Amino acid sequence: MGKLYDTLKKDVRFTEGLKACLNCGTCTAICPAAEFYPYQPRIIVDILQTKDEEQIESLLKSDTIWYCGECMSCVTRCPRGNAPGLLITVLRSVSQEMGYFVESEKGRQQLALKRTVGEWILKYGYCLIPSGITPENHPEQGPVWEWEHSHLPEVMDRLGANYKKTGPGVLRKIPEEDLEEVRKIFDETGGTERYRKIEDYSAKKAEELGLQLDDTNDNEYFRMIYTGKSDKPSTKNED
Amino acid sequence: MKIEGKKRIWQDYQKEIADDSYFYVRSCVRQNFFPASEKIFLKILKEELFKDIYENASHTTCSGIGYHSDVVPFETTMTIIARQFALMTEAGYENFVSSCITSFGLYSEVLETWNHFPEVEDRIREHLLKATGRQFNKPKNLAHASDVIYKFRKEIGERGKFRLINCKSGKPLKGVEHIGCHYSKMFPSKGIGGAEYPYVLVGMIEEWGGEVIDYPERRHCCGFGFRQYLVKANRGYSIACSKKKFESMEPYHPDFILTNCPGCPMFLDRWQYAISEMEGKTYGPDGQGIPVLTYEELAGLILGYNPWDLGLQVHQVPVEPLLDKMGIPYNPETKFLGKNGEDLGRPEAPSFLHFYPETK
Repeated sequence: MGKLYDTLKKDVRFTEGLKACLNCGTCTAICPAAEFYPYQPRIIVDILQTKDEEQIESLLKSDTIWYCGECMSCVTRCPRGNAPGLLITVLRSVSQEMGYFVESEKGRQQLALKRTVGEWILKYGYCLIPSGITPENHPEQGPVWEWEHSHLPEVMDRLGANYKKTGPGVLRKIPEEDLEEVRKIFDETGGTERYRKIEDYSAKKAEELGLQLDDTNDNEYFRMIYTGKSDKPSTKNED
Repeated sequence: MKIEGKKRIWQDYQKEIADDSYFYVRSCVRQNFFPASEKIFLKILKEELFKDIYENASHTTCSGIGYHSDVVPFETTMTIIARQFALMTEAGYENFVSSCITSFGLYSEVLETWNHFPEVEDRIREHLLKATGRQFNKPKNLAHASDVIYKFRKEIGERGKFRLINCKSGKPLKGVEHIGCHYSKMFPSKGIGGAEYPYVLVGMIEEWGGEVIDYPERRHCCGFGFRQYLVKANRGYSIACSKKKFESMEPYHPDFILTNCPGCPMFLDRWQYAISEMEGKTYGPDGQGIPVLTYEELAGLILGYNPWDLGLQVHQVPVEPLLDKMGIPYNPETKFLGKNGEDLGRPEAPSFLHFYPETK
């Protein structure tokens, strides 16, 4: 067994997710990502089953592992009790731990996720915040959201929220002492270290590509990974 | 008595849902997009059903969207979830109710992981103690909020003022139901009806007088896909999934879509708008969309609550066609007013999707 396979195997989700694949392809047939991307969960599981170090490294550096939507539809259907979607979570973890994620266009997007959802968890205690879902970045949210977004305190109040206020309720301000506990959990369990690795590897990649990257979400590298292809500067999605 | 055949099989797909005394945790997505639904859930439980349900202001996200976007490690997510259990334990509760399906799936996954790997549970207990000084008991009963509404669907129906019946024709209204993927696709035994025949929303629709439509892509994902929506460059995945569902349900002319997941109602609502802008295509009659509801919104309509107290004004696809069919009165003039009647302006009308009566 190779080093990468051993690393994957240490994760309990790997043990849970990979029993013995018979290559029937049922997972690919049910997979929403397989309809949209050049993606086949069957092949992922097959590669892992080979334990081939070279193929696994190539997978960890590829766009392929980032195509899955983690809907877990494959889990229901596998006749052998495998969970390709769960294996994807392990592959993505290891890809980030090893710094391989920056070698693919889709993998590089992890910085955008860390700087939005990831930071909001630590700063506010929520994965999403209304002020972060801007109409400019979310045109699909339509004119109702645009209206709501421009009157957030009033609309939230109308809908019975406790927006940014103390006490229980919708979108309350989560007390600082509770946020501090969440941050300590991140420190204790590797969350803080994961965030640091995403930042550090991304900074190196930005330098390698000759792209500007700073602490904000308004720079060349961030705009590219968030909106389009990363191999040339652009502010629009060229897919 | 020996239970045979289908009865015995069906028994495997039932789950126990606690009768009272719930510890409630909220959903990140729903608080942003459907804040009134959570408010109405608590109102129904407390004021209609006289149940004890408690929310602790110190609870936080379970970190589920961060976990499924793969930026938050499993170890971290498990410990945050352990903290939620600690808050429940400290408050003296044993029945845990989650507003979110992603969370519900994760709570199920974490408990199952601890069941299979007790050493992981021990390690998480140590992490939590070290980071916060807290300890916890695991919940005796874990339910999604839609399970609770399902459990009391008869009581809600009996107290109701309206039914899912066309007030003009007297015929049942036709609904399609969409179950969040993480409700039971990972752990079928954790959902009512399992993964193949989820009954949690069907039970509500049938109890409240409606008729459920089966359609080919009924179990297809709405397309959230976490990173596939959250990163702008990937959103084609998301809209493609929803479009596949709309195309599949359209020939059956549904009067409404009912959902139990935080993201699904938002995507099925917003992507109808986006498709209309991109292609001029709408999925209801005469330029209308198909109204999309959360189960609390539907329960609230059945109970006769003011549609604008339910938050139906923040849907991009107008719900008025369904209100008209059910015979529910509403005042269009107050739809976009603030809490004390203040004028907040109005959203712009979309290019194609019928939004205001005068633009029909």
